[in-house]
Amino acid sequence: MDLDDFSLAEASKLLSSGTLTAVELTTRCLKRISHVDQELNAFITIDEQGALEQAAAADEKRKNGKAGKLCGIPLSIKDLIATRNLRTTCGSKILEHYVPPYDATVIRRLREEGAVIVGKTTMDEFAMGSTSETCAFGVPRNPLKKGYVAGGSSGGSAVSVAAFESFASLGSDTGGSIRQPAALCGIVGLKPTYGRVSRYGLTAFASSLDQIGPLTRTVEDCAIVMQTISGYDPLDSTSVNRAVPDYCRSLAEGLDGITIGIPKEYFTSSLNSEVEKEVRKGIELLRSRGAKIVDVSLPHTEYCVAVYYIVAPSEASSNLARYDGIHYGFRDSKAQNLIETYRSSRSNGFGAEVKRRIILGTYSLSSGYYDAYYRKASQVRTLIVGDYNRAFETCDILASPVVPTAAWPLGQNSEDPLAVYLSDILTLSANLAGVPGLSVPVGFTQEGLPVGLQLQGPHFSEELLLKVGFNVEKGLSLPKRALYV
Amino acid sequence: MDFETVIGLEVHIQLKTKSKIFCGCSTAFGAPPNSNVCPVCLGLPGVLPVLNKKVVEFAIKLALATKAEINFVSEFARKNYFYPDLPKGYQTSQFDKPIVGKGWIDIDVNGKSKTIGITRIHMEEDAGKLLHDAGDEASWVDLNRTGVPLLEIVSEPDMRSPEEAVAYLKKLHAIVRYLDICDGNMQEGSFRCDANISLRPLGQEEFGTRTELKNMNSFRHVASALEYEIRRQRDLLLEGGVVVQETRLWNPDSGITESMRGKEDAHDYRYFPCPDLIPIELDEEWIERIRATIPELPDRRKQRFVEQLELPEADAVLLTSDRELAEYFEATLSHGAKPKKAANWIMTELLKELRGEPISSCRVLPEALADLLALIEKGTISGKIAKEVFATMMESGEAPSAIVSRGNLAQVSDEDEILRQVREIIAAHPGQAEEFRGGKSKLLGFFVGQLMQRMKGKANPAVANELFLRELGS
Amino acid sequence: MPFSRDQLDNVARLARLDINEEERNFLPKQIEDILSYIEKLGEVNTDGVKPTSHVMLIKNAFREDEIKPSLERKEIFMNAPEHNGELFKVPKVL
Repeated sequence: MDLDDFSLAEASKLLSSGTLTAVELTTRCLKRISHVDQELNAFITIDEQGALEQAAAADEKRKNGKAGKLCGIPLSIKDLIATRNLRTTCGSKILEHYVPPYDATVIRRLREEGAVIVGKTTMDEFAMGSTSETCAFGVPRNPLKKGYVAGGSSGGSAVSVAAFESFASLGSDTGGSIRQPAALCGIVGLKPTYGRVSRYGLTAFASSLDQIGPLTRTVEDCAIVMQTISGYDPLDSTSVNRAVPDYCRSLAEGLDGITIGIPKEYFTSSLNSEVEKEVRKGIELLRSRGAKIVDVSLPHTEYCVAVYYIVAPSEASSNLARYDGIHYGFRDSKAQNLIETYRSSRSNGFGAEVKRRIILGTYSLSSGYYDAYYRKASQVRTLIVGDYNRAFETCDILASPVVPTAAWPLGQNSEDPLAVYLSDILTLSANLAGVPGLSVPVGFTQEGLPVGLQLQGPHFSEELLLKVGFNVEKGLSLPKRALYV
Repeated sequence: MDFETVIGLEVHIQLKTKSKIFCGCSTAFGAPPNSNVCPVCLGLPGVLPVLNKKVVEFAIKLALATKAEINFVSEFARKNYFYPDLPKGYQTSQFDKPIVGKGWIDIDVNGKSKTIGITRIHMEEDAGKLLHDAGDEASWVDLNRTGVPLLEIVSEPDMRSPEEAVAYLKKLHAIVRYLDICDGNMQEGSFRCDANISLRPLGQEEFGTRTELKNMNSFRHVASALEYEIRRQRDLLLEGGVVVQETRLWNPDSGITESMRGKEDAHDYRYFPCPDLIPIELDEEWIERIRATIPELPDRRKQRFVEQLELPEADAVLLTSDRELAEYFEATLSHGAKPKKAANWIMTELLKELRGEPISSCRVLPEALADLLALIEKGTISGKIAKEVFATMMESGEAPSAIVSRGNLAQVSDEDEILRQVREIIAAHPGQAEEFRGGKSKLLGFFVGQLMQRMKGKANPAVANELFLRELGS
Repeated sequence: MPFSRDQLDNVARLARLDINEEERNFLPKQIEDILSYIEKLGEVNTDGVKPTSHVMLIKNAFREDEIKPSLERKEIFMNAPEHNGELFKVPKVL
């Protein structure tokens, strides 16, 4: 039996039927990691011993009849989610040796379920990037095509799932960081509604935009992971106290009565024609399964990148001030005094992209520029929220591409940050408006690179998004992805 | 040229909550260093703040006590700057949407009443503590204080003298102690004050350039620092110089303010709304519930003492300046003491014997003080003896009657006994007796003194006077 | 929007970053390009539009005033660059 023969849901059934033990499943995952990860770089830290101990405990838990669906399932975690006593670097040299003394709320929830954490995944430094190439500890590789990016910032998470090194991963999405690598690696990724999943223990990049979400191989797996990580957390003031529906319940229902809006601003000339073709195919499928398709407009879409690249760096410049070499993290021991300690520790600890964004954010908040940048961007953000509200008066969800192109070769655009920023244009607005966004595989380009379909809905519409995504997945039954490893 | 002084004060009070403003760590003062510290205090990656409800309630209490506008929607903002006592690299504070807006406090200076405006009151977190070893090449950080809740009370530039500034501080101090939201300990830093001070030529409307004074940890230091700064600015202006806008530290040892220039970076705090904390929305019902818990405040109590107890204004001001003192006074009355007698005794003997310690540490309970005053009233002991008895009570906590009977201190009013002593004294001092009869009436004091010496001060002085006059009667 | 080296130095000072010579050569141009792009926000009429800093319209998240356990000392210092077991050691603050 090969690992790539089954999904998380299927593995869970095998565990509960006793066909397989958690220790056996985890051992296979670890073997798979040791076999492919030299090449793929999905992991910064692999916790072999911890994983086997958790697996043994999961088997014990199952014996006692208290096992949920995630009990004994090997998962990977993006390396900016705090895991107690397991190094959490955020992809940055400044936190190379940082070990959290506490668990993030999502980790606590996973542990209570008996999930097995096999390791922490590679990512853009502090989640700032679209290809994971700004990671200080190796760059994850797209497992479908040698020399191609996995996407980012949750690149390692996407790779670990796509390459069967784990059954699911938790990533974080500030401007597309779950949906985009999911699309580029041909898997499922969900950015939940802002406030649906606790951020407690998620290293903040841009606090008003960040959400933790699952990356999985199937829509059902995504629903299963969401079920465990969602819900109100008194430790996160921005989490919303609202009941969590049963995300698996309605997956198999049809699409009768559902109206799907196609935002015209998402289909511009910069959209790759092959990507557009596959996405349109996906939309046709939805129509064939009972959905009504309508055109809608989100008129402020063209300003999303500008708004995002003010709001996110501004918040980041403040969120990253804590990495100053004083209480934890890297300190340049050669520094002679306090000010040198600050400047040298930060300058040597942070990479170029992080520094660039701190500069940009500090500038947008600084005296004399605040109104023109931060305040103006926050006002346009209000208009972007209004666009969604109006669109959802005429449709239930929106369907669009996730990324304007398929995956691209590693090393492109490193000299032109703006070009990279512009590639996020289709995913940023969901974060600005706090709405959920699901990325599901919808096809492949001629080159065999995966293409994703993005489904966005109103706040707390995850159940509907997953149902529509499930219809896409079942309706298309895409061929098995061919990995090069 | 004559100048007018303009002073505005920024007061930070530490709130008497059990736990910190954004996490569950204890706020206890004096714990071992870095023991009340959690991931939130450390600002570890991923931690988030959750606001302590009590902090909001305390802010509302102070707003109600200073007749201030309450903002029904308020927000936290981040004040960004780097300092080793600030683990997150920003202080979570309030900026353009504080919880409390304009209010006022009435002060009394030299019998004149004046209203001092309050600009705003906002909630924020305290920073940690930096420790410096002399000679050591390092500084040390204790994060216990990180996240202790603060209210910052910003006054209008309404004060015109150090006396007014101190009166404002004392009144604010009394209010927060009455409300029981702050322990008011200036030495331990739970009641801290910075002052903005400037001078302007008398009659000029425009403010002069101000300096900000820090590091004054008693009312006396505030007065001294302001007085010094007035002299310094006046001298500068009279010499044709200019005042530089800067922060100056009060040095209590040398008695001067010193510029911090060069030690301070130019600030640009880059305030923006804190994305981790959601808006606070108050409603009338909540505010009314809090209003119901507000005790009688110093102004009202002072008025009552004057009107109902017929105390002089000055006595009423002093007794109501401290909530515990006022309560002690009232408790003494409830045990039968007369207001003016009790007031005199508390303001002189009690405060003297307390030597600045809080009244809560006093071993003499109000009931015992009332008993002592009753002994004086009945003539059982003299006022002089009573002071000795009181000193013993402060030491031992014993009841006054026990001390009096054990020490045999009761006043002797028995005429026969006193008369015997009076006759003996006159017989022993024939020369003085002659002089007295010859008109030197001042010698009566000498004779009474002799008697008191013999009777260890216990003779009833009225009886003694009368008997000497009769026996020496010419 | 021009972004000069002086502005870069000023912002870097606020952010406690050192900018090396190489960065001084390319960063101002990169920031300038991004700021020029961002200028398109000027096209949008935002008169009377309230800024959004919180996207969910929720209010009042409080905790009760209760003491919760703090960290163990060894956990407090487990990531500290320098400490003496009781205090964090930092370069001399003047």
